[in-house]
Amino acid sequence: MSIYLLLFLEFFKMGALTFGGGYAMIPFIEETVLSHGWLTTGELVNFIAVSESTPGAFAVNISTYVGSEVGGLFGSLCATVGLVLPPFVIILIIAKCYEKFKESLIVRGVMLGLKSTVVGLIGATVLKVGYEVLFPLGFSFENFGTELLTGNFWFIIVVFAVMLFLLLYKKLNPILIIVLSAAAGILAGYTGLISV
Amino acid sequence: MKQKLKLYLQLLLTFMKIGVVTFGGGYAMIPIIENETSKKKKWIEPDDLIDVIALSESTPGPISICAATFIGYKVAGLIGAFCATLGVVLPSFVIIYLISLFLRRFEEIRIVRYAFFGIRAGVLALLIKAVISMFKKSPQNIVAYVIMAASLIAVAFFSANVIIVLLSAAVIGLAATLIAKKRGHEL
Repeated sequence: MSIYLLLFLEFFKMGALTFGGGYAMIPFIEETVLSHGWLTTGELVNFIAVSESTPGAFAVNISTYVGSEVGGLFGSLCATVGLVLPPFVIILIIAKCYEKFKESLIVRGVMLGLKSTVVGLIGATVLKVGYEVLFPLGFSFENFGTELLTGNFWFIIVVFAVMLFLLLYKKLNPILIIVLSAAAGILAGYTGLISV
Repeated sequence: MKQKLKLYLQLLLTFMKIGVVTFGGGYAMIPIIENETSKKKKWIEPDDLIDVIALSESTPGPISICAATFIGYKVAGLIGAFCATLGVVLPSFVIIYLISLFLRRFEEIRIVRYAFFGIRAGVLALLIKAVISMFKKSPQNIVAYVIMAASLIAVAFFSANVIIVLLSAAVIGLAATLIAKKRGHEL
């Protein structure tokens, strides 16, 4: 299959199947980009930061980015159009019969399932990303005390805890979170606390 | 005809503006969409806007795309929907395309590597916050909790296929809702 058609189809599937927007799409994106070898988990995490610091919806941004990485300008067009097409068509259809749609028991039932599963799916992604970030070399009990508990590990733990606190209790803006954790990384890098 | 063309152009430009100023996307966009399309342009009633949000929650795709398509369609039909959706996507498409041209090389610079290492910890915190707020917005009943737990375990520990998990969840949710209805109560 041509790479352009593949990009279009993969992002079309995402556009058609991910409810809730934003990060709800991450589990799906992760599975897709990893299985095709388009991005690594590390690159995906970096891109989440880029997307938070630039305008627009995460789903649109990631489709444009992956498309461009894999197939240049035309690739990014195929991926983005693929992503946008399903919601565009579905909304056009529903706009005509919105009242009926809202009352429908079938829609309510399907939504009950989809809204709940998205929570579990993002939870799974957090576990996977968390594992990658904390143990980039993998985890095993033999090397637990020595190789795992390095400066890198403690740095991540501390910065993560501080950022989570600032997000949940100080309601800090995501862009500020990214800026602060980048600053922490630069500081730790140049003082030799971490080795990257 | 001239008036129609003017309206299409207005839709395109207004949604481009919305696309440019909303960082992070998602619900951050709602107040801006309201300000631009309801308060300034009178294209849509505030009540209808609430419907748009509910609608985009129960249809796939990003909220900004759904809102642009819906409002564009209400204001100027199919071409209106097209102009508004194009407008909201265009700014981030251009920006991200330009970034993609140099991001890989940029990531190799030493100071950037350090910065991205720190950012990993920050992104992990952002993801946890996303889980918490998604949980708060989702249905709160036993069926919902079981689906959440089952999909988490299936994907995290058994590498289940995400599409299959989504489809099974939809079927289970539908079945549970219909059964509950038959027995005379609501989920």
